[in-house]
This record gives sequence, structure tokens and C-alpha cells, in this order.
Amino acid sequence: MNNIIVYLEIEDGIVGDVSLELLTKGRSLADQLKCKLEAVAAGYQLDSIGNQIFPYGVDTLYLADDKRLAPYTTLPHTSLLVNLFKEEKPQIALMGATSIGRDLGPRVSSALFSGLTADCTSLEVGTYEDKKAAKVYENLLYQIRPAFGGNIVATIVNPDCRPQMATVREGVMKKEIRDVKYAGKTRKLDVSKYVSDTDFVIEVIERHMEKSKVNLKASPIIVSGGYGMGSAENFKMLYDLAAVLGGEVGASRAAVDSGMVEHERQIGQTGTTVRPKLYIACGISGQIQHIAGMQESAMIIAINNDPHAPINQIADYVITGSVEEVIPKMIQYYKKNSK
Amino acid sequence: MSFKIVVLAKQVPDTRNVGKDAMKADGTVNRAALPAIYNPEDLNALEQALRLKSKIEGATVHVLTMGPARAAEIIRESMYRGADGGFLLSGREFAGSDTLATSYALACAIRKMGKVDIIVCGRQAIDGDTAQVGPQVAEKLGMPQITYAEEIIDCSENKITVKRRLERGVEVVKGTLPLLITVNGSAPACRPRHAKLTLKYKHAATPTEKQDSGSDYTDLYNSHPYLNINEWGVNDIEHDIQWLGLTGSPTKVKQIENVVFTAKESKRLTASDAEIEDLMKELIANHTIG
Repeated sequence: MNNIIVYLEIEDGIVGDVSLELLTKGRSLADQLKCKLEAVAAGYQLDSIGNQIFPYGVDTLYLADDKRLAPYTTLPHTSLLVNLFKEEKPQIALMGATSIGRDLGPRVSSALFSGLTADCTSLEVGTYEDKKAAKVYENLLYQIRPAFGGNIVATIVNPDCRPQMATVREGVMKKEIRDVKYAGKTRKLDVSKYVSDTDFVIEVIERHMEKSKVNLKASPIIVSGGYGMGSAENFKMLYDLAAVLGGEVGASRAAVDSGMVEHERQIGQTGTTVRPKLYIACGISGQIQHIAGMQESAMIIAINNDPHAPINQIADYVITGSVEEVIPKMIQYYKKNSK
Repeated sequence: MSFKIVVLAKQVPDTRNVGKDAMKADGTVNRAALPAIYNPEDLNALEQALRLKSKIEGATVHVLTMGPARAAEIIRESMYRGADGGFLLSGREFAGSDTLATSYALACAIRKMGKVDIIVCGRQAIDGDTAQVGPQVAEKLGMPQITYAEEIIDCSENKITVKRRLERGVEVVKGTLPLLITVNGSAPACRPRHAKLTLKYKHAATPTEKQDSGSDYTDLYNSHPYLNINEWGVNDIEHDIQWLGLTGSPTKVKQIENVVFTAKESKRLTASDAEIEDLMKELIANHTIG
């Protein structure tokens, strides 16, 4: 009772990174709140899920294994969570801010009348004082998220309603194994007790899922381009530099929106959050939403025509010059000096 | 046969132009300080609704929005593009609503409209980016939902087939009406204003707007009833006051901070060969690259 529950996203029997990241965060919150970390898996043929998640410090895995629960559809998964939450009364429920979590979370929160905060970038535990009611709440979940296009950061709390629900995007939290031998228990759920036959009203006729081709999160070096690259043609230079350095190509939202590069390369609040060893920002002015997604890079090099571009403020090296001139030189002198 | 389509839309502050006075001291949004626009994905939703209307005989499209008096602008804007009319839900009782209180109020208003065949709304609004109100309304009405819709492929005999655009793929799903659909920004853009409709609905107004204008067009509105935009207050919907506004909002804003990044001591370089070569040597030497 009053534990932390993470909803697991499962594709082809594999638990998604976003869920493992949430388990990692959930584990540290559970330690702080002195409660258990639990997880729910809903789908089909889930025998290997326990082995995948227990090392992250999961105490209980609720397993709803039923052919009809895969692929995901809204109502059966909603009923499962709503009824399980009514029984278990978790204090916190976390899910990925993905096309599944953002479909499921609001539905569950609406049914339970519990507050939900979308796209949190940080989760902490703290106190909250309701001055009007002269009441102090201890150990609430601080749900911290950007709002207003990234111009402000809001800390949201749910003082009275449980569970306190939050979604988090993939890549925002770190993924870390707690203990490879961590001993968690599995509890199989009788699906028919949680889900009604009338929940199966949406039929999935066709489904094409692709594994992401780009792995920005795992890349130690990212060469990223912005609107200042000017064209998709110019972006090719960035692929050349990334190939030479052994990195991946990223982009700002402006570059993605103008069609120079595909969406899965977008870095920032509405894209991926990255923490590479080296981040080379090319023709990126440095909108807040972009900086929020890369400011934790160990080293940042900004290449820009504009000596006053906002991104220069957080860069370790600022190269003032045209990208077309600088990038080929970087390739040339890297090749010349590396063995 | 009547076929009732309701579009949920929101007038939002244009978050691309946020100034210093955008937030009030209590942490809520100072909407008056920002230009107000039609939430972009709600326009994609309106387009899907208008396409349905053109395919289904007897179909009507009405826009429902909750907001201050000036939010009637987006109802008029919808009429210029082909909607039949709209409803503005307005009143101070709704102020301070989070997504859940908003969805409760919208659900109450939809119930008042009688039998609704389909509800269409944008996936999310640019002021909050939460994507919560659509699914929360559907839950309150006990309706199924199809989120991330890119295209309504077919709608006939009470069945609807929808293509969804997900983060990592595409899905085609089929459901039974009534249900709620949230539409993605990747769906076709909304058609522009139609000149004739713009002329026709130029004077469309809510009772509050008519009052404020000071001129007496009573005859005009009596002879052209389609110019009346419905305006509902809290007493026009069946509701339980505890689920509205601040009291109906489980989430509270604890704190708002402006985003400020700590500036680093940067080294400034030019694009000269010597400086770029030195930089690359340094990066290789300290094992950042190579």
C-alpha cells in the first residue's frame, strides 16, 4: 500500500528505455519515502519481464498477461490501472510521456480524480504549505516541468489526491541498475477481474512500429544543426563531421520544423534530452527549449555567425564564423592530428 | 439524419511571444498580456470535422470553447472556415481550472448538447502541452478515444476508421461511435477563411459581445438567428460546483521560476586555420575526441 507504481511500456516483449528510466527514478524516490517500488506489465507473453526489471530495484511486479492486452488499446489498460490503483492505493504513479503514456495517463487520472502532470523534467520529494487552509503537507512529489514554450519552469504538487501522477519523456531521467540480484516478487493478476469485455471496443487493424534508427542518448559525441544551417544540403557537412568523430547528428526544433532533418533527431524539451561528452552546436541560436535538452553536455562548442547568440553563454568554446568554413576545417585538422 | 460533430478548441496565448509580464504573482497565466491565437492543433481538428461534415448528410459542426469573453473570437474564426456555430463556456467559476476541472466543465457542457456523435479536438494546446483534456473529457463522458489521429479514413454506419501517427509508427484503428478523437499537428492544415462565410458571420456575437458593442442590432439578430453565438455560464450546465475551478483542480502550482541559465566562461575563437587546428589538437589531447 502507498507505494510507487510504474507502468511499463512493452514492445515485442522488451521493456522500453523510458520505463527503465522511470524505475531508476522510482527506486530513488522509494528509498527516500521508505516505500516499495512496484511495476505493472500489461500485454501478452510477459514471462521475461521480471528478469528485465528486477535489477532496477523493483519489489513487486504486477503481471496482466492476456492476448487481448497487446497491442495497447486505451480502455483495457485504463481499467486495469484504475482497478489496481483502487486496490493498492499507490501514492505515486509514473508513466512515460510517450504516445501510450499520454493516451493512458489522463484517462486514468480522470477516472480516479487524481492530478496528473505531463512531461516532467524532474521529480523530487518535498513539503508544501497551503497557506489558505493553514495546512502543511510532508513528502509530496514535486512534479517539475517547463511550461509556456520553455520560458518558465513550474513545480506542481497534488496535495490531496492519490496517486500523484506524472509522465516523463524518454531520455530525461538516467537509467541505472540497482542490483543485478535484486529479489522482486511477481504477482499475476486475474485480468478478467480488472478488465471488462466491453473495454475491447477499439480494434487495431494495422500497425507499423519502427525501432528508432537514431540513438542520440547513447552517443558520446553529438554534432547538432539549427536553422542557421540554411538547408538540408548543408546538413550533410554535419553528417560528415559526425562520421569522422564517431558521433550522431542532432538538430534543433527550428531545423526539424523547416524540414531540414527528421524529427527523431530533435534535441530539446520536445525532443530528446542528451548528455554527451561533446556537443557541437552548429548554426543554433539557443532557444531555451533547445538548451534545456543539452545543457548537461560535458563540453559544448558553439559555431555561429552571430557573436551574441544565446547559446554562446553556455558554451565552453565559441567559434564565431560561418559553419561552411569551420566544419570542413574541423574535419581536416582532426584527420591531420589523430593517429 | 442528424449527425452532430463537436469540436473542442482553445484560445491560447501565443507562447512564441512571451514577455516578462506573462505570469501573475500567484503563478497563474496573465492571458491579457499575450496575443491570443487559435490553438494550432485545434485547427487541424476543425479541418477533420469539416471534412466529415462534407461527407455525411445532415452533419453539423459546432465548436465548444471555455475561456473569457474574447475567446468567442475562435468560434467566429471557425464559422468563417465552415463551422455551423459554437458555444462559449465562460464565467469566473471556471477560473484557475487545471486539466481535470477543465475536462469536467467541458463534459458537462457536451452533455447539455444532447446526443453527440463525435467529438474532435487537437492533441494538445501550446500553452501547456499536456495532451490531457481530450482523454479526460472522453473518460468523463464514458466514451472511447482515439488519440494522435492524422486522418479519418472512413466514417459510415456508426463505425469510424482512423489513422494514428505515433512517435515510432503508424496505426490504423476502428471504433464505434460515439467517441472522441484528438488530432495531431501532422494532420492536414485547416482550410482558410471562406470569403462568403466571413461576410455572412462577420456580426456573429455572444450576448456579452452584443451588450458591450453598445449598438442595437436586435432586429438583425432576430432575423438572422445563426448570428447568435451561444454563451453558457455555470448555471446553464448541470454541475457540481466542487469539481469546477480551483477547488476541482487536484494539481496546485507550488512555484514558478523563470528559466535562467548560468553563463560559462567561454573561450572565444575565430574560424582561422590556426585556431581550429589548436582546438582539434586540444580535444584529441584531452580525449574528448579520438
